[in-house]
Amino acid sequence: MTTPNEPLLSVQDLQKYFPVTKGLLKRQVGAVKAVDGISFDVFKGETLGVVGESGCGKSTMGRLVTRLLEPTGGKVLFEGQDITHMSQGRLRPLRRDMQMIFQDPFSSLNPRHTVGAIVGAPFRIQGIKTEHGTKKAVQEILELVGLNPEHYNRYPHEFSGGQRQRIGIARTLALKPKMIIADEPVSALDVSIQAQVVNLLEDLQNELDLTYVVIAHDLSVVRHISDRVAVMYLGKLVELADRKDLYESPMHPYTNALMSAVPIPDPARRNDRERIRLQGDVPSPLSPPPACRFHTRCWKAQAICKVEEPPLVELASRHQVACHFPEKVPQEAAEAVSA
Amino acid sequence: MTAPLDVPGSATEADPEAVLAGADRKAIQGRSLGQIAWMRLKRDKVALAGAGVIIFLVLVALFAPLIVKFLGHPPLEFHREKIDQSTLTPTGAFGGMSWDYLFGVEPLWGRDIFSRIVYGARISLLIAFLATLLSVVIGTVLGVVAGYFGGWVDTVISRAMDVFLAFPLLVFAIALAGVVPDQAFGMSGDTLRVSLLVFIIGFFSWPYIGRIVRGQTLSLREREFIDAARSLGARGPYIIFRELLPNLIAPILIYATLVIPTNILFEAALSFLGVGVRPPTPTWGGMLAEAARFYTVPHFAIFPGLAIFVTVLAFNLFGDGLRDALDPRGR
Repeated sequence: MTTPNEPLLSVQDLQKYFPVTKGLLKRQVGAVKAVDGISFDVFKGETLGVVGESGCGKSTMGRLVTRLLEPTGGKVLFEGQDITHMSQGRLRPLRRDMQMIFQDPFSSLNPRHTVGAIVGAPFRIQGIKTEHGTKKAVQEILELVGLNPEHYNRYPHEFSGGQRQRIGIARTLALKPKMIIADEPVSALDVSIQAQVVNLLEDLQNELDLTYVVIAHDLSVVRHISDRVAVMYLGKLVELADRKDLYESPMHPYTNALMSAVPIPDPARRNDRERIRLQGDVPSPLSPPPACRFHTRCWKAQAICKVEEPPLVELASRHQVACHFPEKVPQEAAEAVSA
Repeated sequence: MTAPLDVPGSATEADPEAVLAGADRKAIQGRSLGQIAWMRLKRDKVALAGAGVIIFLVLVALFAPLIVKFLGHPPLEFHREKIDQSTLTPTGAFGGMSWDYLFGVEPLWGRDIFSRIVYGARISLLIAFLATLLSVVIGTVLGVVAGYFGGWVDTVISRAMDVFLAFPLLVFAIALAGVVPDQAFGMSGDTLRVSLLVFIIGFFSWPYIGRIVRGQTLSLREREFIDAARSLGARGPYIIFRELLPNLIAPILIYATLVIPTNILFEAALSFLGVGVRPPTPTWGGMLAEAARFYTVPHFAIFPGLAIFVTVLAFNLFGDGLRDALDPRGR
């Protein structure tokens, strides 16, 4: 259905405002602009990493794409179909192709259900009959994610965090989806377990031809797993580039600041790098700063940053940045901008 | 010198695979939360004693005619020969207690107190169980609906709960029970009175459980497994019945066992006030009311009082134990 050039998932100017109401009559006095106009494409077989500080709208974005939340504006296209405001009934068959991995393995599994019931739920909800019965299918999936198929009748509380996350992954795989949105898939796990789960996700991608959108705040995890990386700040995309480009030559000042915060394991090299310390907190999304939202904390901010919002433009090949004064811009692109 | 090396069990080294498989199979016996709760409950001797008393009382109520046939006299049978006609009090020591009349006889008419206690258990437990069932059903349905759907549905149901809780229940019960004639709604006699009491107690106490269920639903709704079910395309009924209700059973069960004694007391109070089940049908509350007129014969008040006390205590102890077993963090 999808041609190689057509994106599997296309997000266009997506917005989500949470209304803030007051008083008895629920008068709307404002809105939290959690996601405020972001656009990106995800192509078949790739992994898009989404990074950003807490509260920048990463998770909201994931929930909008899977339609757990209703978008305020913009468009979400999955395999060319507009699913932005599609009814839940019509959406149901499409859900087989788009699944979600949740952040907290302790709250994403119903404590009263057995592993078999949890991983078998997709079959039951979607009304799918499998060749050798649901139990056989579930046990095969359990094996696929590295769990003992004999754990079928056990309950979630009998498993460790890493194992529980594997159960959650098994559930998303049950219906053989095309795309998986992973909302902080490893941030609730021990570092030693994180690597296992990240590697599992990569192996599954190769084996099952999956497309991932991985939401995370850990830059190292994103670097390990992603093909392309999107950086979000206060509900906006500030930079979107191939992994290598983004990590080696970040252009947006915010990305630079983020990169400089990644710990370097080698203490001898640690002093070679200058750490950029951002001043202050992330402004409230209730009343975000006008124009460029980063100008309140940016050391390069000029007058124009407070008046005119920088558009997300491609300054190098496959490297989009939203900044008036980007860093490390290739010569010809810089000329194009100033021209 | 080689003997110490010959450790017992070294034979198993021959086939470690088999040992591993065996150990694995044993370990894979998964335990549900219910089974774990049952294990905890089994260790709680006080709760078990409460459960024992409850079972005993239920059996007594069920087999009341049989028990009375062997150990007493029909509860409505007069035994004037046991009454001293000059004082209208029972003849003999301790209110006429004997092997024939285990708890003695009533003043005035000489009815067998033992039989009346045994038959009174029927009314008390029946009304308490049915009223609790009614309030649990109404409370659970409305609580889940309010918590799950939220918005104006929640507002309407929550305000209705406030109205019901502010209702002067006792006054209303007295008025209603007094107004309803002997024959109404196609029922009459004890059936009508029992139904009426079940309705009054059950229908006006549902907000208590409704609030608990609503609160639990609100917190469960935010858990990610609900989102997971929704992202799989689950509809509302699936989420309510398969995902939410299994998690609500524990609080509902705990609340039900703790509200039964309250209902027993309420029924006794209504019968005491004369608006419950009408005499001559024996009820514990009614017996206490009659006993109040004969304070010179203390045993007449002691036995129904003791029956109420033991029943309420047993349910409370069992309910506390059940709460500790099902929700160990809630201590």
